[in-house]
Amino acid sequence: MDALLLHRIHFAFTITYHYLFPQLTMGLALLIVALKTLAVTTNRPVYHDGARFWARVFGINFLFGVVTGVPMEFQFGTNWSQFSRVTGGVIGQPLAMEGVFSFFLESAFLGLFLFGERRLSKWGHWWAGFLVFLGSWISGFFIIVTDAWMQHPVAYTLLPDGRFELNSFTGLLFNPWALLQYAHNMSGAVITGAFVMSATGAYYLLEGRYTEYGRLFLRVGVTAGIVFSAIQIFPTGDLHGKYMARQQPVTTAAMEALFKSEIGAPLVIMGQPDVVHQRIDNPIVVNRLLSFLIYGTPTAEVRGLNDFPREDWPTNIPLLYYCYHIMAGLGTWFVLLMAVAAFLLWDGRLFRARWVLWPLMLSFPLPYIANTAGWMTAEIGRQPWLVYGLLRTQHGSSQNVTAGNTLFTLLGFMGMYALLSVLFVVLMFREIDHGPGKELGPPVESGAPVPAA
Amino acid sequence: MMGAIWYWIVAAMLVAYVVLDGFDIGAGIVQLFISESEDDRQMVLRSIGPVWDGNEVWLIAGGGTLYFAFPLLYASAFSGFYLPLMIVLWLLILRGLGIELRMHVNLLVWREFFDGCFAFSSALLAIFFGAALANVIRGVPIGDDNFFFLPLWTNWRVGPNPGILDWYTVIGGFLALVALAVHGSLYVALKVERPLHDRAVRFARLLWPALVALTVVSLVATIAIRSSTLGNYTRYPVAFVIPLGVLASLAGILIYCRSERVKQAFQCSCAYLTLMLVGAAVGLYPALLPSSTDPARDITIAKALSGRYALSVGLIWWGLGILIAIGYFVFVYRMFSGKVRVEAGEGY
Repeated sequence: MDALLLHRIHFAFTITYHYLFPQLTMGLALLIVALKTLAVTTNRPVYHDGARFWARVFGINFLFGVVTGVPMEFQFGTNWSQFSRVTGGVIGQPLAMEGVFSFFLESAFLGLFLFGERRLSKWGHWWAGFLVFLGSWISGFFIIVTDAWMQHPVAYTLLPDGRFELNSFTGLLFNPWALLQYAHNMSGAVITGAFVMSATGAYYLLEGRYTEYGRLFLRVGVTAGIVFSAIQIFPTGDLHGKYMARQQPVTTAAMEALFKSEIGAPLVIMGQPDVVHQRIDNPIVVNRLLSFLIYGTPTAEVRGLNDFPREDWPTNIPLLYYCYHIMAGLGTWFVLLMAVAAFLLWDGRLFRARWVLWPLMLSFPLPYIANTAGWMTAEIGRQPWLVYGLLRTQHGSSQNVTAGNTLFTLLGFMGMYALLSVLFVVLMFREIDHGPGKELGPPVESGAPVPAA
Repeated sequence: MMGAIWYWIVAAMLVAYVVLDGFDIGAGIVQLFISESEDDRQMVLRSIGPVWDGNEVWLIAGGGTLYFAFPLLYASAFSGFYLPLMIVLWLLILRGLGIELRMHVNLLVWREFFDGCFAFSSALLAIFFGAALANVIRGVPIGDDNFFFLPLWTNWRVGPNPGILDWYTVIGGFLALVALAVHGSLYVALKVERPLHDRAVRFARLLWPALVALTVVSLVATIAIRSSTLGNYTRYPVAFVIPLGVLASLAGILIYCRSERVKQAFQCSCAYLTLMLVGAAVGLYPALLPSSTDPARDITIAKALSGRYALSVGLIWWGLGILIAIGYFVFVYRMFSGKVRVEAGEGY
């Protein structure tokens, strides 16, 4: 393996692993604020204990997010030093702002939120939770601004020595790509939070433990789940896709495996792209749908890969195609499942509908896969560029760090993260097993059996 | 002018990191020595529990600011110090786990494992940070392209092609280990009740002679291997108040420890760390990372500085952001002020 490939795997592995945690904490933060709001306005113990339970889960995930997040910023310098040297003048800005505006906020109020409930008033503690939520969402924004600049560089001047200099602060922060990507990404994070909460609730009901909490978690999780699963597709996914098709048409062509330009291009639902023969095997397609989705009319022309020079094609078209299709396919499943669950919730039948509780419980890993696949679509789709159209990936890595050293630290991270995974799984199972608190006496729902004292 | 402002901004953030996270690391180093019971260990952890994460943020925010203000330095130093930085990252992971996970499972092996993680990672972090600073002062073999790569060690000599570790940087590492151990002991002493309090103070006093000796040795060694660090001092003799301040704060640590005024002793320890770092920054200025082979290859402020527009905008948001951040810190430290106690049910 050459050094460049190892640097790429190094970053890809550590960022993919890292993002398993923030996607939950960012999404969960919103839901915890919702639970806290219910708790302080109604003062019912079930809301308080429910909020505390998710705060504990949040705390564990936040810790894993922090310890795996610190290496990310450092890797810009360690593994991608040529990239850092030329782009620091632009994206150093959002990365520094993330530290100053988000991490201080999060870390200060997380301690208060987790350890300070007795020291704060009811609303004081609500504010601590809200500020943790705010901090985590600000953090997401600055990271998206950074990535969006690499996807769609704006507000820069290119100096003769190859360095980029910022020329508009607001232009950078309000990059249209960033706003679209942020909306799509944060909605995806809430989906992860909603599915994890629903799955936990479903588990408690299926198992017949902590049933009052199970019902609460399902109410909150399914409500957020249907709202954000819908938002994920329309408008955020739709707008992001349309914008991408105009700004990175070659990426869109590769994602859809559209090898030749076509008027009235079809949408490939399934099939295996064969890049050598430039065709799709075993295709299931909907005619003219791609043209409609991108341009709003079924007769528009969509440019295929044949319209672009080969050296600008994304470097791994099948992987890009699969990531995109997995994301989109799972996104569709989320809407279907949550629509059924939300209907039954509204109808009052969800808590007894085991045939829906089972898929709700089993679906909790799927948003993680969908979010990961979505990010892989964005990042593999950006190839062969680090900064789209301006800096190729091969020119960004650290030339002074050899393949041997990179493999050493990659293996080190893999070992370290294997340990983390074991600890994480143990801790999460324990939290869920311990449940949100003591069983709160008999369930309040009338007609339910009263457990023996 | 802009370069000088950002040089001191980054320096100030790193000083804040060392002073604040320094006592977390120090607590990790000393906890096994001063604790005699499970309650003692819990008290040490509780003394830093709500604040360590915020303290670590100064490193992240400082790193981000460094990237923003001096991209070339960030690129060159981070890739050149590749291996030690990666090891530091692993240690930071272990340290975070050690602090936070210990109390999650009530098994003796589980708790001892994480106590070990916390102690091991804290001690090595201190050594690596000290060695890192010593590397910057000693200089590294920067090439024509502004880049370099240092192995962990070569022949342990301070030459034109040194390793990360040589006799000089090892002194720096041990100095940091002892300094942060003293710092952490005093912080723990401030936060806990007797008898743990007394053991922490005693431990700081026990280390004090080593701290003085290592400080003096490192100052002499620095002048010996790199006399140019004195340049700014001879040019502006007023700067000699810094080493005098270092000696005064060292004396203060001992005097206040003896008279049981731990708060003042801790403040002296903060002053000591601050002045040592400021002294190094004065010695380096205007170089950010000196070359060990040719001063013309030094990475200087002028070479590495970002664009003027970005830096001007940065002054506005940085000033605002840090004011707010300091507000958070004051608020949080007030909320958790006073001695910690072992009691069930605090937090979750």
